[in-house]
Amino acid sequence: MSYIEFLSEHGATLLLGTVMTLKVLVCSIILYVIISMIFGLMRLSKNSIIQATATIYIEFFRGTSLLVQLFWVYYVLPFFGISLEAFTAGVVALGLNFGAYGAEIVRGGVLAVPKGQWEAAFALNFSPSKRMKNIIIPQIFPIILPPAANLTVELLKATALVALVTVVDLTFEARQINSITWLSVQCFGTALLIYYFISRFLLVPFLRWLEVLAARKVGKGGA
Amino acid sequence: MEMGWRWDFAYEILPQMLLATFNTIVAAGVGYTIALVVGLFFLLGQRTPSKIINVINREIVEFVRSTPLLIQLFFVYFVLPQFGITLSAWVCGMITIGLHFGTYLSEVYRGALEGVSKTQWEACRALNFSTIYTYRRIVLPQAFPIAIPGMGNYLVGIFKDTPLLSTIGVAELFHAATAVGGYNYRYLEPYTMVGIIFLILSVPAAMGIRKLEKKVNSAQGKINQ
Repeated sequence: MSYIEFLSEHGATLLLGTVMTLKVLVCSIILYVIISMIFGLMRLSKNSIIQATATIYIEFFRGTSLLVQLFWVYYVLPFFGISLEAFTAGVVALGLNFGAYGAEIVRGGVLAVPKGQWEAAFALNFSPSKRMKNIIIPQIFPIILPPAANLTVELLKATALVALVTVVDLTFEARQINSITWLSVQCFGTALLIYYFISRFLLVPFLRWLEVLAARKVGKGGA
Repeated sequence: MEMGWRWDFAYEILPQMLLATFNTIVAAGVGYTIALVVGLFFLLGQRTPSKIINVINREIVEFVRSTPLLIQLFFVYFVLPQFGITLSAWVCGMITIGLHFGTYLSEVYRGALEGVSKTQWEACRALNFSTIYTYRRIVLPQAFPIAIPGMGNYLVGIFKDTPLLSTIGVAELFHAATAVGGYNYRYLEPYTMVGIIFLILSVPAAMGIRKLEKKVNSAQGKINQ
């Protein structure tokens, strides 16, 4: 069977899987960004209980494997009466795991804002919340976006794991087609190419555009 | 079926889990060793004077780095037999992990080499040292400490990615947990224990690496944060 025939027969299925992969990707990006911000800032809190909570969360999710977390959310939480749909379980596990890595990036970003900015905000008698919201946070984006971009590409690759908890994404479809046709080169080769194209021509350019945008916002554009 | 945590069941499956943990550690160790060597080859491809090899090398690294390890595993496992090469799940897993993380390690090596000041090279040129001598006695001893933290991080990274090997049937920790769970219709204890074992092994490792990083930085005269 030629590759063209393969595509005409199974292309639509793979495309459906790709749409699902993109859905998982977008949802888990949203979740992980929110979690990163919250826990990154909690990690910097002066309140030791808040700080310890964030530290435990981060160490826990960075210390165990994503696959283990995913299976735990999907197969073990029902024991505690919480049954999540496969899609939700996948997004939650991805969001929690990458949120832990992202929180460290946010923390690093806040610490990297020049000290003069803190002092100036203090001198102008801004309240702590206003200082954070109006002065510091807007400046962390150019700092955190490059490492966050790397993390987001890792997230795209990690979405493949949700196939193992029965989310019908690209990996799931590729596996399914492989088990019917045994055309492994075509199925997995095509899946690899699709992931590569999403990463290289969709995700990375978008993230670069965000970086430029963020740099311009704080007056560092064109650098 | 009882809903809560059952200590007797946890205790019963503990020996099996610990045995499988050993397999996980072996898998991580072997995969890492292969990755270290593969990384050197990619580094070589990056630094050869030939432009064509450079470009091909970069594209391969870029491709491997931006596609999921899981599908790469399936690809190697299912495709090689079609060309008459039948390898065990273990071998396939080790090759794939070695290749995947080798691309990452080549970046670590590259960063470390670029971290050595250019004036060191110029001084060696001025002293008429050969390239090999320069690498062996001047550049590598300075580059190695810079590479240590990155190399350590990927050791932990490989360790945390070994559960993926269970998908092609490598009998490591996660595979054992799934098997035990399926046999007894209880996933609570096996999966929780896997998580705890991972925590016990990887958190101290990560801490050790962070300490090493600080040591390296201060030995190089850099200020710690």
